[in-house]
Amino acid sequence: MNALGLIYGVIFWAATIAIVAGVAYKIRLYWTIPAPLKIPTMPAPRTKGGVVFRMFKEVAFFHSLFRSDKLLWLFAILFHYGLALVLIRHSRYFMEGMGGVLLFLQPFGKYAAFAMIIGLIALLARRFMIDRVRYISAPSDFLMLVLLLVIGISGALMTFVSHVDVTAVNSFFISLRTFNFSGWNLPGDPLVIFHLTAVAFLMIIFPISKLMHAPGVFFSPTRNQVDDSREKRHIAPWAAELDKQGVDYLHELKK
Amino acid sequence: MADYEIPKITGEDGIVDVPKIVKDTMVGSGPWISAPKFQKDMHFATEIEQSEDGKWTLIPNWKEAALEKMDDLRGRYRSLQLFLDICVKCGSCTDKCHYFIGTKDPKNMPVARQDLLRKVYRRYFTFAGKYFPKLVGATDLTEEVIDDWYNYYHQCSQCRRCSVFCPYGIDTAEISMAAREILNHIGRGQKYCTQIMGKVYTIGNNLGLPQRALEDTLEGLEEDVEEETGVKVAFPLDKKGAEVLLITPSADFFAEPHVDGLMGYAKVFHELELDWTLSSYASEGANFGMFIGSYENMRKIALRIRHAALDLGVKRIVFGECGHAWRVAYSFLNTLAGPFDFLDPKYPVPQHVLEITWPALQEGKLTIDKSLNDDMTLTFHDSCNIARGTNIGTEVGGQFDLPRNVIKAVCNNYVDMNQDAIKDVTFCCGGGGGILTDDLMEIRIKGAQPRMEALKEVTENNGVTHMAAICAICKSQFTKVIPYYGFSMDQIVSVHQLVSNAIVLKGQLTEEELEARDAAEEAERVAEMEARKKAAAEKKAAKDAAEKK
Repeated sequence: MNALGLIYGVIFWAATIAIVAGVAYKIRLYWTIPAPLKIPTMPAPRTKGGVVFRMFKEVAFFHSLFRSDKLLWLFAILFHYGLALVLIRHSRYFMEGMGGVLLFLQPFGKYAAFAMIIGLIALLARRFMIDRVRYISAPSDFLMLVLLLVIGISGALMTFVSHVDVTAVNSFFISLRTFNFSGWNLPGDPLVIFHLTAVAFLMIIFPISKLMHAPGVFFSPTRNQVDDSREKRHIAPWAAELDKQGVDYLHELKK
Repeated sequence: MADYEIPKITGEDGIVDVPKIVKDTMVGSGPWISAPKFQKDMHFATEIEQSEDGKWTLIPNWKEAALEKMDDLRGRYRSLQLFLDICVKCGSCTDKCHYFIGTKDPKNMPVARQDLLRKVYRRYFTFAGKYFPKLVGATDLTEEVIDDWYNYYHQCSQCRRCSVFCPYGIDTAEISMAAREILNHIGRGQKYCTQIMGKVYTIGNNLGLPQRALEDTLEGLEEDVEEETGVKVAFPLDKKGAEVLLITPSADFFAEPHVDGLMGYAKVFHELELDWTLSSYASEGANFGMFIGSYENMRKIALRIRHAALDLGVKRIVFGECGHAWRVAYSFLNTLAGPFDFLDPKYPVPQHVLEITWPALQEGKLTIDKSLNDDMTLTFHDSCNIARGTNIGTEVGGQFDLPRNVIKAVCNNYVDMNQDAIKDVTFCCGGGGGILTDDLMEIRIKGAQPRMEALKEVTENNGVTHMAAICAICKSQFTKVIPYYGFSMDQIVSVHQLVSNAIVLKGQLTEEELEARDAAEEAERVAEMEARKKAAAEKKAAKDAAEKK
């Protein structure tokens, strides 16, 4: 164990707990708050299977965005698909050796970094250039893209320009995962430190930021409800209480 | 016509170019504020006072009350909590709102409208907003913020066009309803909506037509139809044991072109020998509780329909042409006032009148002479609430197909507007969501621009003369607003008005027969007059003779 390894070991465990617990808390919130009325954006599917298909089109292909703005859709696809491939590639840092699929995806994951970075630069440029988007952007909206760019560029530099000791990083994360404290050694390469710090920060702010759109979209009542309001009665517990007690207003309810 | 700056329409491709933003073009004090007497009926906050210059105060503890209500609502509506959290400010919605297009005011961009509430939510309920407000654009709740809420949440017609284009389905209507519900509870109710709902509670409909007046109106309609066709078509009211209860917006009882639609429903029912009735207790299809985000008041109005159906012992409920009424009916009625296990399970509850007319046309049960509508070339305005909030029939997309099918079955000339302005991406008429009031005329006129542009294009290129609609608010809004754009108000028609024009009733008199009937009636009248005159003369003569004696 070296000092850097200890510090970053603690940071990464804290960041992991933060993102897992934070996202779990938010998901529980979205799960438990009722949607008292049927509000799917129509036309909506008439079956549950149809809803799964609608959600798949939304999550995998950004269908609504495609209908809205083709250029924004392209930038968003570049960034998100780039990021997805890069993340898949990164799973190599948490395991010993690689399976066939992962091995096959390695080169794609490597060059996907460019798609991700180009997408991010384009998204950032539109925030400055389109008057409507500039108007709705808070400082955090710019900084979020900058943070992702920092992560992407520092990562790409390590792959394509200034190579780092990948095996050392690999064994560091494996010993983090297995709590093998003697292996908590991190090479003091500034690029590695820079990259890892930014990633840990992103993980920590994930549950308290707009990044929650990723798990959140699955809970969106305008997208995940079936068009069956006439066939099935849909009622929230707090609204059912009005029926049960036979009153019109919530403040008239007996506790 | 009052003096407003009317947006220019070109008629080029039917779509308005996205404007550059111009800040504060629609800054203002919002609609008229609901006085305590109207607030009281709704169980909303009443401790407000009006100063001599006409300004209303907020309730004394308005800030705590507003935050408390926001907290309450985000715990009861997942949509609110989720939509406040997950917007990434991508800007996909920014050019989709008809009010933004028509006014250029950036606060009318859907995401910016949401942000008026979101920045307060962030300040008081999120970590980032509590500790780094500037970074995430969070702000304190001040009276200026409340003024912005009141103004800009009454420049949203809750048409949900933005929700179609949002990658997460964020629906600004949900936010604007929640904002209005918060405002209701701090003394910023909107007079137009609360006053109208008060009339529903005391009289039974938005217009305040009592049972007797309704009876007279319906008798008048019976006479009108008989006059025109020679057939006695019934307009029954409060008829116990009827099979169908018709719920329709009260504008159908007298406003043009709504009333022609009502005549259309009655003629269809007559031809199908359907035993139907209206209810004076539930003589309103509209439910403004939705507009002001008040679940409780929306439910209270919806329950009137349940009570009327039980009281009259009907087996089916059918809704007439109304947009938001059909949204409340199709999507919410079962929730609010169900279960409807006392009705005939063979039929969906409720049904849309088009779900009766279209099958009847398909099965050839109605005699139609399409040429009777040959003086018109039609287009169809998809009403926002029907298009994006409901379905009609059993197939996905029936809300677009059934009205078009019916129009095409009764008219020879039909043309659709630009595909980016119809069906699920239709533009609102500009008057929906509780803003169909004279104190909001400017936003109504400007908000109609995208629809007017689309209409202008088919008028110039395809010779369209009339636009049909199936919503009372659309019809009222257009008849009032289209003259500002150089059209005339009689270019707006009801879908069932077209049916009414083209339908040939069993036993209906031909033009010649009607003339002969009128001539015979006239002759009878003249003869009667002569006889009366003669009788009076004889009486006078007899009296004179008696006096002489």
